[in-house]
Amino acid sequence: MDYILHVFILALIYSIFAMSLNLELGYAGLYNFGHVAFFGMGAYVSALLSRSGIPVPGAMLCAMAAAGIAGALLAVPALRVTGDYFGIATLVFAEMFRLVCLNERWLTKGPMGLPGIPRPAWIAPGVDGLPGYLLLTAVATAGVFLFVRQLTRSPFGRSLKVIREDEHIAQAFGKNVLLLKIKSIAAGSVLAGLAGALWAHYISYISPADFTLTETILVVLCVVLGGRGTNWGPVLGAFAVIFFGEAVRFLPIPHELHRYVAPLQGMVYGGILVLIVLKLPDGMIPEHRRPGA
Amino acid sequence: MLRVQNVTKSFGALMAVHDVSFELGDGGITGMVGPNGSGKSTLFHILTGFYKLDRGEVFFNRHSIGNRPPYQISRLGLSRSFQHTRPLPFMSVRDNLIAAAPGQIGERIWPLFLAPARVHRQERSLREKAGGILDLLELAPLAAELAGRLSYGQQKLMELGRILMADPRLVLLDEPTAGINPTLIRRLVEVLQRLCKRGVQIFLIEHNMPLVAELCRHVFVMDSGELIFSGTPEHARRDPRVVEAYLGREIHAA
Repeated sequence: MDYILHVFILALIYSIFAMSLNLELGYAGLYNFGHVAFFGMGAYVSALLSRSGIPVPGAMLCAMAAAGIAGALLAVPALRVTGDYFGIATLVFAEMFRLVCLNERWLTKGPMGLPGIPRPAWIAPGVDGLPGYLLLTAVATAGVFLFVRQLTRSPFGRSLKVIREDEHIAQAFGKNVLLLKIKSIAAGSVLAGLAGALWAHYISYISPADFTLTETILVVLCVVLGGRGTNWGPVLGAFAVIFFGEAVRFLPIPHELHRYVAPLQGMVYGGILVLIVLKLPDGMIPEHRRPGA
Repeated sequence: MLRVQNVTKSFGALMAVHDVSFELGDGGITGMVGPNGSGKSTLFHILTGFYKLDRGEVFFNRHSIGNRPPYQISRLGLSRSFQHTRPLPFMSVRDNLIAAAPGQIGERIWPLFLAPARVHRQERSLREKAGGILDLLELAPLAAELAGRLSYGQQKLMELGRILMADPRLVLLDEPTAGINPTLIRRLVEVLQRLCKRGVQIFLIEHNMPLVAELCRHVFVMDSGELIFSGTPEHARRDPRVVEAYLGREIHAA
């Protein structure tokens, strides 16, 4: 029972994470391969602040603000390049973030990580707090879902799609393309920060090893599998990916092969991502009918 | 309204536009003709900010626009079409028009949450405006169709509609009739003449000389990046430099 609650909490946190990336990747067409940095930033900021005595809700809000500001600050130089180069710039940023966490021991305790991150006061610690935490993440997920829906079913979302389809046309329409992209990255980063904070307070221990490229691939997979540029796609994708990942634990794998499972899992995720891009580019929930189809 | 002074643009060793100067007065339809590769489209890209000019200056309504980004030029009231159609294929024809409208409140994040009613009101008025423009273009029956399903010519008309959503002062059209059937060309001509009467100024690149003669009071001719003629279409046809640019020089036997 506790295990099921645990899987649901993870799936909900990943739903938020995936929805936040979808704002950039799905709507604005920005392939941000460093999105995990903002998840990590949310986790670290919220963990550090709450460990120093600030109440968890306040710490989470600060984490979201910090991630959002960092997102906007990264966006300005990173958006000077486009397409694949933007992807590389963000990828490098995420690696820089991880290295800073690894090396600035005075702040982050380096590879030792931060233990004992508290949960909100009204939620019991440990296994007893699972139902309460599930409720918290469910409410947060619903809130993020409604927020993103309002944001995307609007002139803002429509203009992001214009930029994704044809940037020159967007400019000819008089749209400030750079500003709209920065806004989408900032909003995506705020929500990624929330996902990271929720994760940190749930798992109660974080270290730089939690914020690697693997996490980025996982969240990209959630968005692409579920359906880019749709409201339900990332949620569906996150649930599918998390449940699949957990189901692997129950495969009857001989004991002596266990050490291969974790690396294999990463390869399988990457393989699925390649397959989807080739065979099912619109994901499980396609964004639109194809003209002529 | 538009003043171009000594505009020069080269790509490496290729001089695409060389020291071009001219002025467009207020009102009317002006043509720009010239052989392929003579620099007409490059000039349009410069005027709308998509290319940076190397030398020279461009003024639009007394604003210097030579080095402004495209979106700022568009917001000043100078809109353009592209040589090849660029529909947003997965949006309906109506949404293609609405998306093109400038100054949308709902493009900013806060009003979406703090003043949704205002955003909604503006959406409704943009929808009505788009409807009116689609009526003008006789595209109203296709309003809900995906833009990607329209014929090439219909897409060109739709793109003119998108431009009109911005209430531009000056419209630059890059070969508006290329590749579309004669019926739609007639419709386009009618629309352009009606816009002209409403006070929208039009500047178009066109290869169809009879059409240019019909529409334009004034025509510019470019060849090899230089402006070689400015005057009425009738004079252009008789001008030896223009004839030479199109047909080549006569070889005199000794």
